[in-house]
Amino acid sequence: MGTPVKDVTIPDSALRSLILQKHCDYIASYGTKKDDYEYCITEYLRMSGMYWGLTVMDMMGQLDRMNKDEVIQFIQQCQHECGGIGASVGHDPHLLYTLSAVQILTLYDATDTINVDKVVDYVKNLQQDDGSFYGDKWGEVDTRFSFCAVACLALLKRLDAIDIEHAVEFVLTCMNFDGGFGCRPGSESHSGQIYCCVGMLAIVGQLHHINADLLGWWLCERQLPSGGLNGRPEKLPDVCYSWWVLASLKIIGKIHWIDKAKLTKFILACQDDETGGFADRPGDMVDPFHTLFGIAGLSLLGEDKIKPVNPVFCMPEEVIRGNGIQLELL
Amino acid sequence: MSDSGSDCGDGPWVAYREREEWKDVSPVPQDDGPHPIVQIAYSEKFRDVYDYFRAIVAKKEISDRALDLTKDAAELNAANYTVWHYRRTIMKELKKDLKEELRYITQVITEHPKNYQVWHHRRVIVEWLGDPKEELEFTAKILRGDAKNYHAWQHRQWVIREFNLWDNELDYVNKLLVDDLRNNSAWNQRYFVINNTTGFNDDVVDREVSYTQDFIKKAPNNESAWNYLKGVLLDRELSTINDLMTNFMCTSLADEFDTIRSEYWNYVSRVLSNKYGQSTTPTTEQTVVS
Repeated sequence: MGTPVKDVTIPDSALRSLILQKHCDYIASYGTKKDDYEYCITEYLRMSGMYWGLTVMDMMGQLDRMNKDEVIQFIQQCQHECGGIGASVGHDPHLLYTLSAVQILTLYDATDTINVDKVVDYVKNLQQDDGSFYGDKWGEVDTRFSFCAVACLALLKRLDAIDIEHAVEFVLTCMNFDGGFGCRPGSESHSGQIYCCVGMLAIVGQLHHINADLLGWWLCERQLPSGGLNGRPEKLPDVCYSWWVLASLKIIGKIHWIDKAKLTKFILACQDDETGGFADRPGDMVDPFHTLFGIAGLSLLGEDKIKPVNPVFCMPEEVIRGNGIQLELL
Repeated sequence: MSDSGSDCGDGPWVAYREREEWKDVSPVPQDDGPHPIVQIAYSEKFRDVYDYFRAIVAKKEISDRALDLTKDAAELNAANYTVWHYRRTIMKELKKDLKEELRYITQVITEHPKNYQVWHHRRVIVEWLGDPKEELEFTAKILRGDAKNYHAWQHRQWVIREFNLWDNELDYVNKLLVDDLRNNSAWNQRYFVINNTTGFNDDVVDREVSYTQDFIKKAPNNESAWNYLKGVLLDRELSTINDLMTNFMCTSLADEFDTIRSEYWNYVSRVLSNKYGQSTTPTTEQTVVS
C-alpha cells in the first residue's frame, strides 16, 4: 500500500446539477448584508472582488443586474495621479488592481472613462531592466505581475508600450525542470503561476517556448481521485486551482488529458444549495472568488448555460473577441 | 487574544477616538463608493483604527504614534498592503531600529505565515539591515510548521542568492527529503541549489540519478521524485527505453492503474510507437515525454 493521497471525499448529498439562478442571486446580493464582517478584511482587494463578481455575472448572462455607472465612478475614484489604480478609494495603486479595473471597464466597454495613457505609463514604468515587473513602487517581483502587465496592455491595445522581448525572457527564466513556472527564477512550480506565465506567453504569441508535453503532464497530475485539481503536489483539491490548471491545459491544447466528467462532478459538489455560490471544496464557505472560478471552469468544460470563457483573460470570449483580441492557443 | 491590538495583554482596548493623545486628529471614514458590491459592514474597532489610519495618511503624519497605529491596523488586517507601505515610509524617515522591526515581523509572520505583504515587509527590512543571519533559521522554523509554505521558500531562496549562503543548503534539503520524500518544495530546492552551484555536470547527474532512484524505490508512486529525475535527465541521452515494455506500461497505466489520466498515457504510447516502433534497439535522444 502506498501513502494515502491527500484528497477530499465528495459526499453523496452533494449537488450534481448547476443551480445557476442561485449563483446570480448570491453575487447580486453580496455585500448588501450589513453584518458581513468578512467585508472589512477584504477591502484591500475590493477592485479584484468587483472583477470576480461582475465577470461571473456576465458569464451567467445577468451583468445588467449590477449598477454600471456606480462601478465606473468607483474605479475613477481609485485611479491615482501616477495612473495606477488602487484596490479601493485611498488605497495605494497596484498592478493587480489596475488589471482588475481594466478588466471591469472592458466588460462594460468603458475603458475611455479613465485616463488610459496614464495607466499605460504606470504599467510601463513598473518594468525592470531584466524584463520583470514590479507590482508597485515597493519593488516586489513576481510572474503574476508579468501577466497583469501584458493582460492590462493587451486589453487597452497598447502592448507596444513595453519591452515584450525582455518580458518574455524574464518569464522564461522562471520555467522549471518540470515544465512549470514559479514566481521568480528558481521558485517551485505552482498552478497559479503557471496560469500567469502561460497566459502571458499566449498574449504575446510566444507559446512555442513551452514544452507542452512536459508541462501538460505536470498539470494533469494535479487531478486527484475526487476529480478536483490541486495547485501543487500533495495539496488538497480546490475549485480555484481547478480553473488555473484547466485554463493552462486549454491554452496548451491538452485539456483532454484530464477526466472532464470527474472534474465537473467535483466543481458541482462545491456549490452551496442554500446560499448559492461556490466554495473551495465541498462543504466549505462560499465566496465570490471561488464562484467565478467554479463557473469559469464549468464553462471550459462545456457547460452550455454559461457563456464561453476566454481561458487567458478569464472573461467572456465574446468580450475578448469583440475587442478584436485574437489569441493563438496550442 | 488576537483582537486586542498591539497592546496585547496590557489591558482593555481603548478606541483611538477616546484617546487623549489623538484628540488633534479628525478620523476619516472609509469611502467605498456608492456601489452595493463594495459596501462594508465594519466592526467598531476596525472602523476606529482605520478611520485614524486614513487620517494620518491624508495628513502625511510621520510620528511614533502613527507608527504604533500602523501596528494596530496591520494586526486587524495583515494583508492591507497600504498599511505596510506607510509603516516603511515612517520607519525610514524616523530611522527606526531595524532589528526591533525584524523581531516584530517575525512575530507577525509566525501568526500569518501565508501572507504576501508580511513576507515582503521582512525582505525589505533584511535588505535595509544588510544582515541575513537570522533568515535561514527563521524560514526553517516556518517550514517546520508547513513544509510547503511558498512564501518561506521564496524568502529563503532570495536570502541564499542575495547573501551567497549556498554552503549547507543541500544538507538541509536532504534532511527534509529524508523526513518526507514527497516534499515537492524540497525537490525544487535541490534543483535550485545544484543549478546555481556545481551545475548538472556528468558526475552530478550520476549522483543525482542514484540519489533519486533510492527515493523512488522507497515510494514508487511519488511524482515529485519522478519529475526531478526527469528534469535531471531532460537534456541527456536515455538509451534504455524498451518500446514494447514501455507501451505495455502505458497501456496498463491507461486501463488499470491511472485511468483518470488515460488520455495522457494513450498519447505517450502513440508517441513512443511513432518514435521507436520500427526499431528494437531504439536510439533515443529524448525522455519519455519530450
